[in-house]
Amino acid sequence: MSESIPRPALAVHGLRHVYPDGTVALSTIDLTVAAGEKVALVGPNGAGKSTLLLHLNGVLRATAGQVAVAGTLVGERTLAEIRARVGMVFQDPDDQLFSPTVFDDVAFGPLHMGYPRDEVTRRVAAALEQVGMAGFERRMPHHLSLGQRKRVAIATVLSMDPAILALDEPSAGLDPRARRSLVTLLQQLPQAMLVSTHDMRLVRDVFPRMVVLSGGMIVADAPSATLLADAALLDSYGLEAP
Amino acid sequence: MSLTSSTLERYVDRISPVHALDARVKVLMTLGYILTLAFLPNGEWAALAGLAGLLWWGVWQARIGLGLVLRRAFVALPFALVAVSLVFARPGAPLFDLTIGPWQLTASDAGLIAFISVVIKSWLSVQAALMLIATTQVVDVFLALRAFRLPTVLVAVMAFAYRYLFVLIDEASRMLRARECRSAAHHGRRGGGSIGWRAAVVGQMVGTLFLRSYERSERIYVAMLSRGYRGEVRTLDTQPLDSRDRGTLIGVLATLALIIYAALVW
Repeated sequence: MSESIPRPALAVHGLRHVYPDGTVALSTIDLTVAAGEKVALVGPNGAGKSTLLLHLNGVLRATAGQVAVAGTLVGERTLAEIRARVGMVFQDPDDQLFSPTVFDDVAFGPLHMGYPRDEVTRRVAAALEQVGMAGFERRMPHHLSLGQRKRVAIATVLSMDPAILALDEPSAGLDPRARRSLVTLLQQLPQAMLVSTHDMRLVRDVFPRMVVLSGGMIVADAPSATLLADAALLDSYGLEAP
Repeated sequence: MSLTSSTLERYVDRISPVHALDARVKVLMTLGYILTLAFLPNGEWAALAGLAGLLWWGVWQARIGLGLVLRRAFVALPFALVAVSLVFARPGAPLFDLTIGPWQLTASDAGLIAFISVVIKSWLSVQAALMLIATTQVVDVFLALRAFRLPTVLVAVMAFAYRYLFVLIDEASRMLRARECRSAAHHGRRGGGSIGWRAAVVGQMVGTLFLRSYERSERIYVAMLSRGYRGEVRTLDTQPLDSRDRGTLIGVLATLALIIYAALVW
C-alpha cells in the first residue's frame, strides 16, 4: 500500500461491549495505534484485555462504537479482509496450532486467503525464517518446546502479512532463554503491535507505549518509561515495577 | 511426554525405496493387499505363501526389520481367535470330538482349514497396515485420503484427533498425577475411601476432562476464525504421481491380481 498519509494500524472509537448477561466488559474505549507502533496492554485479570483484543478482528462484535484496522472498518462484510490484517495470537499455542504439522499450520492463513501453491509455500518459508523456525516444517507441534510453539504460533499469522499483531500473554510460562529470544523477535518485527501482558520487563524491553486497562476502561495511556516509574499508579492497579 | 506416538513412528524418518514412495501409492497398495487377502478362498496355501513373500520382500526393502513387524502383528491374534467356532461349525469330514459339559462338538477338516486361513489372513493384513504406518507419515496418509476424495470434513476430524490426542493424554496424566499427590493416608488408618467415593472421583475427573476439551475446542475454533476460516477446509492441491510411483503401483496391483486369478482359476 503506497499512500502519502500513513493510516493508523488501529483506530478504536467509543468501543463498548456488554456481555449477554449484562456485564459491561468494555466501556467507551478510544485507542489509536500508528503503523509500526508497539503498544503494551496491561491491567489486572478481568480488566477486559482479551475482550478488547477479540474486537480487533471481529470475533466479538461491539455493542457500540467502531474499530478500524488499517483504514477498514470491522463489520460483517469486511471480516475476511480484516482477519488477514490482524494477526491474532492466543496465549496457549496448543489452541493456536491445530494442524498436524508446522507447515500445515503456517499455511492455514495463506490458503484461506486464496493464494496459489507457490505463494503459500513462499510465505510459509518466509514466516518460519522470520521467527527462526526454518527446518521445522514437517514436525508435529506436540514435539516442540513451549518456546518453539510460541514462535511457530507467531509465524502462523506472519504468513498472512498482517498490519497489526495482537498477542495475548506471549511470554507466559517461558523459561528465561525462550523469553529473551521472544523479546528479540518482538523487537525485530516491523508490524504494529497491541500486546496484552502481565510481564513488566517485557513492557520495558519491547514497548515504548503502555496502555493500562482497568474495569473495562483505559485509565492510563503514556510512554512506558513514565508509567513504569510511577509507583503509586502501578500499585493502584495491582501492577509491579519491573 | 510419557505416552507419545507409537513406537513404529521411529521408523518413519528412515530412507528407503518404500519410504520414498508417494503416500497415495502406499495407501492403495495396502488396501489392494488387504482386499486380495479377503477375497482369497480358504486353503489356498500357495497363494497365501506368495502374498506373505510379497509383503516380507516389501518389509525388507523398507529396512524396518521383519521380526518387529511379525511380533507387533500378533495384536490381531486375540480377535482372530473368535474364528475358532469355524472349526466346529463348518460341515466336513469329522476330525475329533470335544465334550464341554452337556455339549458335544465335532471338529471338521473344512472348518480347520477355514480357521487357519482366517488367522493367517488377519495376521498378514495387520502386517500390511503396520508397514504402511512404519513407512509413511500419518499426515501424508491424511493427504492421500483427501486425494481419494474422502470428504474433507472426515479427514479434518482425523487430523484434529491426531493433533489433540497427545494434548489430551498429557492433560489426563497431569490430573492423575495431581490426584496421586493428594492421595495420602493417615498413619495407621486405611486411606483411599470407599469404592463408591473413588468411583465418583474418577467420574468427576472424566467430566472435567470433557469440559476442558470442550472449552479448548471453542478456543481452537476462535483461532481458526481469526485466520480466515469460513467453514471450508482448504489444503494445498496435490502433486501428480511420478513414473516410479506409477510403475510400483501398477506392478504391485498386477501381482496381486495375478495371485488371486491363479488361486481362483487353478
